[in-house]
Amino acid sequence: MSKSPLPSELTPESTWLSRRQLLAGIAGGGLTLGASWPASAADQPTGKRLTFGAAPRYSTTEQANTWEEVTTYNNFYEFGTDKADPARRAGSLRVSPWEVRIGGEAEVTGSFALEDVLKGQALEERIYRLRCVEAWSMVIPWVGFPLASLIKRFKPTSRAKYVRFTTLADPAQMPGLRSPVLDWPYVEGLRMDEAMHPLTLMAVGLYGRALPNQNGAPLRLVVPWKYGFKSIKSIVAIDFTERRPKTSWELAAPREYGFFANVNPDVDHPRWSQARERRIGAGSFWSRQATLPFNGYANEVAGLYRGMDLKRYF
Amino acid sequence: MSAVPTAAIRWLKPATLLLCLMPAAWIIAGVAGAPWAPLSPNPVEDILHRLGEWSLNFLVATLAISPASELTGRREWLAIRRMLGLTAFSYAVGHFIWYVGIDQGLELAALARDVVKRPYITAGFAALLLLLPLAITSTRSWMRRLGRRWQRLHRLAYVAAGLGVLHYLWLVKADLTTPLAYALALGLLLIWRIPAIRRLARNGPPAG
Repeated sequence: MSKSPLPSELTPESTWLSRRQLLAGIAGGGLTLGASWPASAADQPTGKRLTFGAAPRYSTTEQANTWEEVTTYNNFYEFGTDKADPARRAGSLRVSPWEVRIGGEAEVTGSFALEDVLKGQALEERIYRLRCVEAWSMVIPWVGFPLASLIKRFKPTSRAKYVRFTTLADPAQMPGLRSPVLDWPYVEGLRMDEAMHPLTLMAVGLYGRALPNQNGAPLRLVVPWKYGFKSIKSIVAIDFTERRPKTSWELAAPREYGFFANVNPDVDHPRWSQARERRIGAGSFWSRQATLPFNGYANEVAGLYRGMDLKRYF
Repeated sequence: MSAVPTAAIRWLKPATLLLCLMPAAWIIAGVAGAPWAPLSPNPVEDILHRLGEWSLNFLVATLAISPASELTGRREWLAIRRMLGLTAFSYAVGHFIWYVGIDQGLELAALARDVVKRPYITAGFAALLLLLPLAITSTRSWMRRLGRRWQRLHRLAYVAAGLGVLHYLWLVKADLTTPLAYALALGLLLIWRIPAIRRLARNGPPAG
């Protein structure tokens, strides 16, 4: 276990309450009605406690978002397109037993039980910024392990240039699959050097607990310098490929979403600006803050894209 | 267009007023932290979207008054049309003020860029501008003053609603269900404007 205090111990209910009071103050001209309402049950972390260490080197010291914010405001279209849908409807997802199929250009391939995938991986807590392509952001204390250490196990061959990830697509468990908003299953991908980067995380938990279903249980990707949609949830397949995989959002709207999807304040989404973002729950709630290149991880990752025209490869 | 004050109107008007105020009350309750009216963890966006959607809802309701009155053969409906229209306008103004003042944090330079550069903002802004003269001329004295021209002017409500739907369609990421539902409703209301269709609905198919 870690020596430094974990955000699960740091972000108290009072933070959440004070935000409510701030809102109430705006509504009632100083009246703090918010304090008189009881705190909601959704604010209390639930789920199995995990054992893990801390990785302060990779973690931000910014104030983490509350459990309630992180677990009730999600984009997980397999459960509906409203951000409240996943929290309401993801209860139907069965995360155990869970298998991950490894395929493509690697020496070790086949189906592996989740327990097998996790075996030997030392879990650590990493507090990352998450920047959604919709111009909002959060700070989330993930628990996971570097994707690199998982990839090494499968010994990708020299032909493996990319990694493709696939989300479960079972209509019996995922009511959102009934509507054809995306071409299911959800597919994402990384270039091999991006996948091997030490910041790239396979997450199994948040706030020291096993991942809630709506956050992509039981196994999801977290790539903190890219827009949130790259961080694919509930992974059932990992394939090593020679060609760049076609990703779901790229297929849905190629003008709007690229393969790389690096956070970049200078490249607008065709329909809205990416220069600023709203940090959920933070500070004066009407203000936006400047979005940083690579979501503030430029020192670590800008080198991966040296010489590339980031306006073209967005 | 003087609707006869009947017993129905006596309760219809206050009931409609209550209905018109309800979404605003719901938002205020959410801001005050009422657990039965929760806002999303992104309350700024949540309130922005609700104001916009209610503006569209009331605009569609306003346009549905005339068909409702003809289909039911009751002129009482017309007594609440102005209230519904002004409510649609009010929510549109609230939506705009919330966008400029809160969502964009009064950064007017960014706003000016958006109005020019982002087609969905342009469409929404144009819809609001179109609603303004309609709100101003919604009084009885303006109705009298404009006579037949009043009707023609107020057909702009269809254009405003169309721009509002376009504004919605252009801003969603992938799930077009809700904006298309509005488009369908508006389409039906427009079809109703075709004289032959209205005759058919009133009299049934011509006897052969």
